[in-house]
Amino acid sequence: MTEMNSKPQGYWQHLVIDWSADKEAFKVNWGKVMMWVFLVSDTFIFSLFLIGYMNVRISATEAWPLTSEVFALVVGGEHIPLLLIAIMTFILITSSGTMAMAVNTAYQGNKNATFWLMIATAALGFSFVGMQAYEWSKLIVEEGIRPWGNPLGAAQFGSTFFMITGFHGLHVTGGVIYLTVVAIKVKLGHYDKKGFQIVEITGLYWHFVDLVWVFIFAFFYLW
Amino acid sequence: MSADTQGQQHPLSLYFKVWGLLFVLSALSYMVDYLQFQGLLRWSLILIFMFLKAGLILSVFMHFVWEPITLRVALLVPTLAIPIFIAFMAIEGNYTMTSRLMFLAG
Repeated sequence: MTEMNSKPQGYWQHLVIDWSADKEAFKVNWGKVMMWVFLVSDTFIFSLFLIGYMNVRISATEAWPLTSEVFALVVGGEHIPLLLIAIMTFILITSSGTMAMAVNTAYQGNKNATFWLMIATAALGFSFVGMQAYEWSKLIVEEGIRPWGNPLGAAQFGSTFFMITGFHGLHVTGGVIYLTVVAIKVKLGHYDKKGFQIVEITGLYWHFVDLVWVFIFAFFYLW
Repeated sequence: MSADTQGQQHPLSLYFKVWGLLFVLSALSYMVDYLQFQGLLRWSLILIFMFLKAGLILSVFMHFVWEPITLRVALLVPTLAIPIFIAFMAIEGNYTMTSRLMFLAG
């Protein structure tokens, strides 16, 4: 295609040639590029939330509530710190695994397996949201945590908690709907002619939601 | 569909390996809290496990390492603004806290 074909192209030469050419720069599926651009913008949104959280936590003069205690569960008389959050983390990772497998089966043309793997991913995501709802109600009703204050310490804890986990939960909920819709369309054969890139693109979104949770888990729950 | 939009195809065994690693890393980061590590040890372990997990998800599950260099640079360069902003807001937060302690305390 290009006149450079005769010469072996180096790493950076590739970039310069692609960007300076009067043609499409990204030689991948356009839908995938659009999803990546959206995910970069979403990265900034979550970064801003987490940076805002860092800022108010640094500047808070009152003690920050101990997340290890706040999110502890009592199982059979045993006090286990952060148990629910750990379970939610494992559920999200499991769903990432089923999603990765769905992408694989989709490209092999196995529509039935793809459908069920995507539905399994959505179901795991749904259970994640359910646990989050339980976590929220426990914090609001039992611990008395509000966006404007709480009995455990710094008032900023509540506002950042509801903002960050709420926005993430919204992303998971959106992902569950997105996955379900695409899964059904796969089963109905809507992508038979177009190809199954859509599964990979949906997967990108879902893995991103898991990626964001890795950062929330580290900075909000563990720090 | 033209050949350039074939998509990312990789063996399932690779996904299973990464999946297992993510489970181990999550368990390890949970142990940081369970064993009540404190101070520098706690923070460095949290960050190490976090970056390893994020790196695995991004590079393998999201197929980032197999995307063309053009796309990778376009997606990564803007995120360089984030650490700069983190540094700014950390300085600002410390300043706010110092001011509060000096003028609002007691």
